[in-house]
Amino acid sequence: MGEAIVVTSGKGGVGKTTTSANIGTALALQGKKVCLVDGDIGLRNLDVMMGLENRIIYDLVDVIDGECRLQQALIKDKRFEHLFLLPAKQTKDKSAINTEQMEGLIKELKQDFDYVIIDCPAGIEQGFKNAVAGADQAIVITIPEPTAVRDADRVIGLLEKEKTGSPKLIINRIRYGMMKQGDMLEVDDVIQQLGIEILGIVPDDEKVIKASKDGEPIAMNHESKAGLAYRNIARRILGDHVPLLNLEEKEGGFLKKVKKLFGIR
Amino acid sequence: MTTTKNIVTIKGTKDGLVFIMDETCSLEDLFLQLKDKIEHSHQQILSGPLIPITIKLGHRYLTSEEEKELREIIKLKSNLVVKSIDSLVITKEQALLDKLMSTVRVETKTVRSGQELRHMGDLLLLGDVNPGGCIYSTGSIFVLGALRGLAHAGCEGNEEAIIAASLLRPTQLRIAHVISRPPDEWIDGSNDMEFAYLENGQMSIDKINQVHKLRANYWNKRDYT
Repeated sequence: MGEAIVVTSGKGGVGKTTTSANIGTALALQGKKVCLVDGDIGLRNLDVMMGLENRIIYDLVDVIDGECRLQQALIKDKRFEHLFLLPAKQTKDKSAINTEQMEGLIKELKQDFDYVIIDCPAGIEQGFKNAVAGADQAIVITIPEPTAVRDADRVIGLLEKEKTGSPKLIINRIRYGMMKQGDMLEVDDVIQQLGIEILGIVPDDEKVIKASKDGEPIAMNHESKAGLAYRNIARRILGDHVPLLNLEEKEGGFLKKVKKLFGIR
Repeated sequence: MTTTKNIVTIKGTKDGLVFIMDETCSLEDLFLQLKDKIEHSHQQILSGPLIPITIKLGHRYLTSEEEKELREIIKLKSNLVVKSIDSLVITKEQALLDKLMSTVRVETKTVRSGQELRHMGDLLLLGDVNPGGCIYSTGSIFVLGALRGLAHAGCEGNEEAIIAASLLRPTQLRIAHVISRPPDEWIDGSNDMEFAYLENGQMSIDKINQVHKLRANYWNKRDYT
């Protein structure tokens, strides 16, 4: 029996789908059998991020409606043998399914997979309730901006009443330089305010944008710091003790050091 | 008058007049005799300078309408001022309220964005109030943690109530009917435990060690039995 983890944030655009795709990929890299579930019915993205859009035949709503068997809707990833995607339907909306149906589906998936990663839609309405329904654990994504932290706080409050209990936190899109100058919320301040366990910090990285364009999750990129961050997060999910990423190094590359020496910004 | 019993007894004391009401007769009889006594007898006493009145009801409970009626009757003589109406009985509701008001309720949680904590009486929160979270109390509010959200003390009008927090960084503070927005109206970077209180209708902030000077009687006058 596997474990279902929902990835949520409240606010849109903070990197739920990117995180879902990369945690899934990183867990697959560790040899785990993983299923990614796109909970964003009507606004599906996870398939695009994974570069699997053109393989979709059936989807999550079809499975629930009995149009096909679960195995028929699962799409095998092109890179990993044990990584699968259950895409959302694009032509319906969040009200197409209810929490009981979602719970049943996730339960079924957990029997075949080590990890079921559910990508939650933005907001706290029906789509959120559905995505959370079957989950055993929750991960809350935020970025170091007051609006995102506020929404994360709201979502944590809602999750604490669910069976997922207190969620774990990932702070995404951190810009070390700005943080150092005091132009961005400090990681410590965010952790202190939200008061939940930190699962990882992910630096802002242009390579992530390129990765999504190419449909290749950044977790597979060994030159990217963000990719390393996601691989570390996966290891922490598996129970390893990995220290938080040292963001400083990134700014202190050799070229930067030379530039600094000469006073060039 | 056919009444044989004296329902309303009026006694004079150095603090004014005491009206002692019979507690067994009907309310109707009581009002009738009271009206009669006020209008017809004791002319010499019931005129002249203002006289404070204490009414003792014994084991009789008056609803707010009945109490209003009683006050109307007394008002027939313009020099009579009701100082207090004492009854030996209260409703269960009032008893519960009094109990709540005389104890400090302890809550342990983080009040997050979109969450609300309400209480009658004084409230001690062991945890944080995050931005977007609200905490309301008819009495005072004490937060052993960071207060970053909204706190409203004395929300039914108690201007003596205070708001204290280990870290006082609220988005908004309210005491009774006074609302203040901290960043605009006062900025204090102090990391000491502070409290907010009303001074001449203005929100003020001071260190916690000043409470005993500013609100010396707030807790002492209470009956903690």
